[in-house]
Amino acid sequence: MIELKNVSKWYGDFQVLDDCSTSVDKGDVVVVCGPSGSGKSTLIKCVNGLEPFQQGEIRVDDISVGDKDTNLPQLRSRIGMVFQNFELFPHISVVDNIKLAQLKVLQRGDEEAQDNAMRLLQRVGLADQADKHPAQLSGGQQQRVAIARALAMDPIAMLFDEPTSALDPEMINEVLDVMVELAADGMTMMVVTHEMGFARRVANKVIFMDEGRIEEDCSKDEFFNSERGERAQIFLSKILHH
Amino acid sequence: MFGDFDTGVIFQNWHFLLEGMQTTLLLTVIAIVGGLVLGTLLALARLAPFKPLSFVAGSYVNFFRSMPLILVIFWFYFLVPLVVGRPVGGFYSVLIAFVLFEAAYYCEIMRAGIQSVRQGQIYAGQALGLTYAQNMRYVVLPQAFRNMIPILLTQAIILFQDTSLVYVVGIKDFLVSADLVANRENRILEMFTTVALVYFVICLSGSLLIRRLQRKYAQ
Repeated sequence: MIELKNVSKWYGDFQVLDDCSTSVDKGDVVVVCGPSGSGKSTLIKCVNGLEPFQQGEIRVDDISVGDKDTNLPQLRSRIGMVFQNFELFPHISVVDNIKLAQLKVLQRGDEEAQDNAMRLLQRVGLADQADKHPAQLSGGQQQRVAIARALAMDPIAMLFDEPTSALDPEMINEVLDVMVELAADGMTMMVVTHEMGFARRVANKVIFMDEGRIEEDCSKDEFFNSERGERAQIFLSKILHH
Repeated sequence: MFGDFDTGVIFQNWHFLLEGMQTTLLLTVIAIVGGLVLGTLLALARLAPFKPLSFVAGSYVNFFRSMPLILVIFWFYFLVPLVVGRPVGGFYSVLIAFVLFEAAYYCEIMRAGIQSVRQGQIYAGQALGLTYAQNMRYVVLPQAFRNMIPILLTQAIILFQDTSLVYVVGIKDFLVSADLVANRENRILEMFTTVALVYFVICLSGSLLIRRLQRKYAQ
């Protein structure tokens, strides 16, 4: 479903992605981890073309992301994305956040968009917050709304860019629970995260990145149970220490 | 000198003065609305990825910001009838001058406003499949306007004061009306004190409103 072939990217002279190749199949849950600055957030932003890349090819549902002729807005509307800082639109209500793209991109009618939004808010346990503005919600609640907003587009896959990194510890689980449920429903997911507990529970593949390169790309069991490369070993020991 | 300060002259002529104030306010409101619309379009052009468009908008802004307003007013007074091919009257030429002049300032305010919206918000709109235009219309501009309300109002107050410059082409705004009364009735002190007081009250109210808005949005 998602195919990366020899992707490289530079900011000026600085190379952020170095010859990255991997693939995500339908129904896969892939966790991308690695030290900060390793390029994992940049990599996931390349998948839906938010960040351009200079070399290589990315195909989503067999459509080339880097191709000039690709209708990027249309392709992006089929891939959900959740951001570290939630990025709900602060000037409109929670329910309008979930309706906006349904109305303007998918051209759904108001009633259908509203029903959809309420059904999804119910699913993430926030139906009673529909008319509030994002700033009135806690971080964990905002992130659950952001997930609902992405799901409202009926995406074929979901991208998560450090979805719990900006949250207070007590709010991390409410977001992870929603993600675990999504995975159980068979959603194809690519998740940049340091939550190794989440990776152990639901991932079937783990990618470890360092200095712009994909250093490990293997099944969850292989990643956690067998000898890893030195950098991955050090990284794991650092974040699993506590 | 203050012994024969005659407030009666103000009340006897209040209707005439009110007409002048209407002209001043009409000019201010139309210049704000027109300047804001044109200025926002200019700001979008200035930020457009298409370089020639951004260059043209940038040149426009730099040109008008380098001209004294009074010169622009004069200039359009003579230029507009030439372009249109018939006399249009002082009011319309002044209106066009103000809209075009203010647009340059509003452009820079809106540009700062658009750039104040976080990149993450733009990503979020894009990720949902919004086109560039939709993202601007539904995500970026509403936030830019909200962030910019205090500065937009400050510019409006400056504009309100600047409309008094239309006396150079003989438009009867509030100040000119008061001046006419002052000379006719030989009540210069009364009339200009009144004018000063009115401008002061209106501008001060505006400033206080801005301060309240700033405090509200700072929260």
